[in-house]
Amino acid sequence: MQSEIKPAHIPVPDSAVKSRLAGLFREIWKYRLSYLFMAPFAVSFFLFILVPVMAAVGLSFTYFNTIETPRFSGWDNYQFMLSQDVLLLKHALPNTLTFALLVGPGGYIASFLLAWLIAQIPDRVRIWFVLAFYAPSLAGAVVMNIIWQPMLSGDRIGYLNSFLLKMGWIDEPQLWVLDPKYLMMSMVLVTMWSSMGVGFLAMLAGILNVDRQLYEAARIDGIKSRLQEIWYITIPYMKPQMLFASVMAIVGAFKAGDIGEQLSGLKPTPEYAGHTIHNHISDFGLIRYEMGYAAALSVVLLLMIYGFNRLSWRLFGSKGDE
Amino acid sequence: MNVTNSLKRLRVRRSFKLFRMDRTQITLMILLTAGGVFMILPLVYIFNHALKPYSELFLFPPRIFVQEPTLSNFTEFFVVLRDSTIPITRFLFNSLIVTGIGTFMVIIVSSLCAYPLAKHRFPGHKIAFSIIILSLMFVPEAMQIPRYVVVARLGIMDTYWGHILPHIAAPVSVFLMKQFMDQVPTELLEAGKLDGAREWTVFYRIVMPICMPAVATSAILTFQSIWNDASTSVLFMQNDAMKTFPYFLSTITNNLANQVARQGAAAAAALIMFLPTLIVFLVFQRKVISTMAHSGIK
Repeated sequence: MQSEIKPAHIPVPDSAVKSRLAGLFREIWKYRLSYLFMAPFAVSFFLFILVPVMAAVGLSFTYFNTIETPRFSGWDNYQFMLSQDVLLLKHALPNTLTFALLVGPGGYIASFLLAWLIAQIPDRVRIWFVLAFYAPSLAGAVVMNIIWQPMLSGDRIGYLNSFLLKMGWIDEPQLWVLDPKYLMMSMVLVTMWSSMGVGFLAMLAGILNVDRQLYEAARIDGIKSRLQEIWYITIPYMKPQMLFASVMAIVGAFKAGDIGEQLSGLKPTPEYAGHTIHNHISDFGLIRYEMGYAAALSVVLLLMIYGFNRLSWRLFGSKGDE
Repeated sequence: MNVTNSLKRLRVRRSFKLFRMDRTQITLMILLTAGGVFMILPLVYIFNHALKPYSELFLFPPRIFVQEPTLSNFTEFFVVLRDSTIPITRFLFNSLIVTGIGTFMVIIVSSLCAYPLAKHRFPGHKIAFSIIILSLMFVPEAMQIPRYVVVARLGIMDTYWGHILPHIAAPVSVFLMKQFMDQVPTELLEAGKLDGAREWTVFYRIVMPICMPAVATSAILTFQSIWNDASTSVLFMQNDAMKTFPYFLSTITNNLANQVARQGAAAAAALIMFLPTLIVFLVFQRKVISTMAHSGIK
């Protein structure tokens, strides 16, 4: 029996594979122009992003102190990370998650609402409002810190403290950026303030892009309130921009790190209250010169960001766009 | 009745002739203005800070508004310039060349890449897009050393290419443009092809004009990131004459982090550094808004 089946079966997959390969090549040849269009990006992407990322992934399996040649160490870095790195497990990981889960969705929703509101005002003045709300992103992180320092300053003169004291809501000034209890809250607040970045610009462009005839048509079909308009027309129509903004929001929230150190002016932040994975990475990579371990941390962070993106795509059910 | 009513409404509208607004728009404007004033503080600060005399530069807690404006910071800035061995115009020239060519190339390369990703179903398009998205999630710190090796091997240290090429692959721009190109109706492209347009013409004449908002937005982003980036100067340039303006700026303040000297010059330089970003933002954002108001995808 067996000897009968064998000779019958072998030639079939062989020719199938061959014809499929030939088909693939024919397909690739048919789309040669597409590849040509992508070629300039592909080359520079390969050289300056893919190769360095791959090298970093490779380094994560080594001990590398940036001076000696890397020494292969297998899964050691990852093992250390999961079993002995107390700072990571006790502070950096929970801090990053708290921060990202508040700032990610919060910033995303705020950008959408503001973009929508700005789209409703007349064309001629719109640009000044866009400028105003984009200003924190435009001016950069350093300036942001200087604006918030007087607000959150820990003595009586700090605007927030003096306001709360006057209202009688607190009895003594609070150390908003130095007290581990409040640092995370301040970080979230300040980041939300500056979260109108690229996602905001993209969503604004997306909202303005919606064909106005659609709204008129919908009005005839019985859509009454503005809320219904947003839900049934604006959001479905600008799905690509919504997806872009959500990815950027998640990536931004997880990659953030400098804000805690800038606000408190301390490195590391008081009792590691604002210590995020990104701080942890630059701590190991740029201060302790343990590049191998820093690379391993980056890989884990990448996996986390990717996981949360998958989760959000599943939540919004936009599988087709992936 | 109806006619008189609408006439009346028309007259009410006329009274707000300047912007032609209705009542909800006015309420909205007031609310947004209140929020906007708070948000625009960083810009106000940059301008005020450059005009502060030394007595105000170091106030704690820092003040946003200047009490006694002075131009002495700018004079000090020019003194610093006079003392530097390489003329400031050289740094500015480098920065302009690098940012100008860099932004232009990023736009071209990204849009060329985004078009097939959005509109062609070639083998591997899903994987290619996923890899681009994944790459934007990686933290740059761990990539620094491998990237240095790549730049050194390519032999582009101490050349303008060393500034420009590392910026050319911009996953965010590709992602943004691809998302906008997804919205271009495929029938439109098919129609163009039926009329005898070739792939390049379809891309250049149909897709690009519709995606102008995405192009302008990524131009703003790219300009901002290249203009402010001092890292290529630090990492890839040994020759001081090849370094850029942000690097020069950091040398004014870096060595004297907690000192008083030169802080005035630094404040003035920060304003000079910021102005091009502001102008580019206004020009391109205006483009986003105006293309929207008049065309849109039909």
